[in-house]
Amino acid sequence: MLNFIDTVSEAVAGIRDGSTVMIGGFGNAGQPFELIDALLESGATELTVVNNNAGQGDQGLALLIKEGRVKKMICSFPRQSDSWHFDARYKAGEIELELVPQGNLAERIRAAGAGIGGFFTPTGYGTMLAEGKETRIIDGRGQVFETPIHADVALIKALKADGVGNLVYRKTARNFGPIMAAAAKHTIVQVSEIVPTGALDPENVVTPGIYVNSIVRVADALGSKEQVA
Amino acid sequence: MSAQSNIQTSDKPLGRDELAELVARDIAPGSFVNLGIGQPTLVSNYLRPEQNITLHTENGMLGMGPVAVGEQIDGDLINAGKIPVTELPGASYFHHADSFAIMRGGHLDICVLGAFQVSATGDLANWHTGEPDAIPAVGGAMDLATGAKDVFVMMTLLTRDGVSKLVEHCSYPLTGVGCVTRVYTDKAVFLTGPDGVTVRETFGCTFEELQAMVPLPLVAAS
Repeated sequence: MLNFIDTVSEAVAGIRDGSTVMIGGFGNAGQPFELIDALLESGATELTVVNNNAGQGDQGLALLIKEGRVKKMICSFPRQSDSWHFDARYKAGEIELELVPQGNLAERIRAAGAGIGGFFTPTGYGTMLAEGKETRIIDGRGQVFETPIHADVALIKALKADGVGNLVYRKTARNFGPIMAAAAKHTIVQVSEIVPTGALDPENVVTPGIYVNSIVRVADALGSKEQVA
Repeated sequence: MSAQSNIQTSDKPLGRDELAELVARDIAPGSFVNLGIGQPTLVSNYLRPEQNITLHTENGMLGMGPVAVGEQIDGDLINAGKIPVTELPGASYFHHADSFAIMRGGHLDICVLGAFQVSATGDLANWHTGEPDAIPAVGGAMDLATGAKDVFVMMTLLTRDGVSKLVEHCSYPLTGVGCVTRVYTDKAVFLTGPDGVTVRETFGCTFEELQAMVPLPLVAAS
């Protein structure tokens, strides 16, 4: 069931304490800042968050971590020059970290959306990130068994949605959006523009509307070209 | 001078830019290439248009152009180091699972990575110092190391303390096993494989002088 929602607060209102939340974005590109701000205001806590990073600077995911709402991060690259809120929580032992190689993170999310129970991948074989995991030699290469990452909710950012929830993205802001939309039970999307059904070329739809539950329009979203330039 | 010394091709060690220029020259025309964060990104400054190289960035793009300046800067168009970049004609965008399928599926010809250590058999250590208080961050390093057909490493041969980073066995946590095919350093280019390490050329030292710096048996290219 697809809903068009007027405000970001209403869009995230159903997210419960203890939820697993996928948040799109690679660094700031594609990060749905306005939905994250609303999640922060909602007070939801004890969250497990899936994102490539663990927040940058003093905005978005970084604030969710700063305010102690995140119990566990599943990500590939938490440490950055401006990841001070994560760094502080981690060093204080106040946040759990599951570190996943970026391609395994993406494929585990994809597997969840595609109904795959797991997969063998050469990435990580022979390293400490494969310790304790099942391995096999397949086609002469050592491979590691990885399991899907499911989520209760995905918060993602797209450029446009049409009336049936089809999405198109913008440049490298696409990143994790399409696979997270498929992997979560409930997918909430902020878009810059809602266009009439039929206005998107079906050949160019990136995320079909079947994966989308809630759409909220956020004009002039943080990180758009106008604000960065 | 011994016969082996004639693989020396420069009077001095190579600087970072000279090394980047050498790596760029060694990339075959028409290759699909991923340049890692840090020193490897310098290679893009020396790729010539007639080489027709396509750059991949793991956050979902083929056909990446130079770093964006001024009006070109767009927060939605960044590279793996989160630096604003540009797109070239023929560029394409795709989601993260597709981007890493390009890597893992063996479609990339070359990736160029930095390293803490490389072993005699091509093991790579470049993501974690292993120190207990260090916050680990792996990003796409393990995927790149195992996915590309050829993995080139760029690094200084010696640490600041004068210890060789080309080692018999890596002491830092591994990124990938037996994945590195070439090591470009300021003092020499090494070819690594299951049969050991061959020195293609040396810079600012003879083969014998190089051997004295590296704690594993080297073979000079014939």
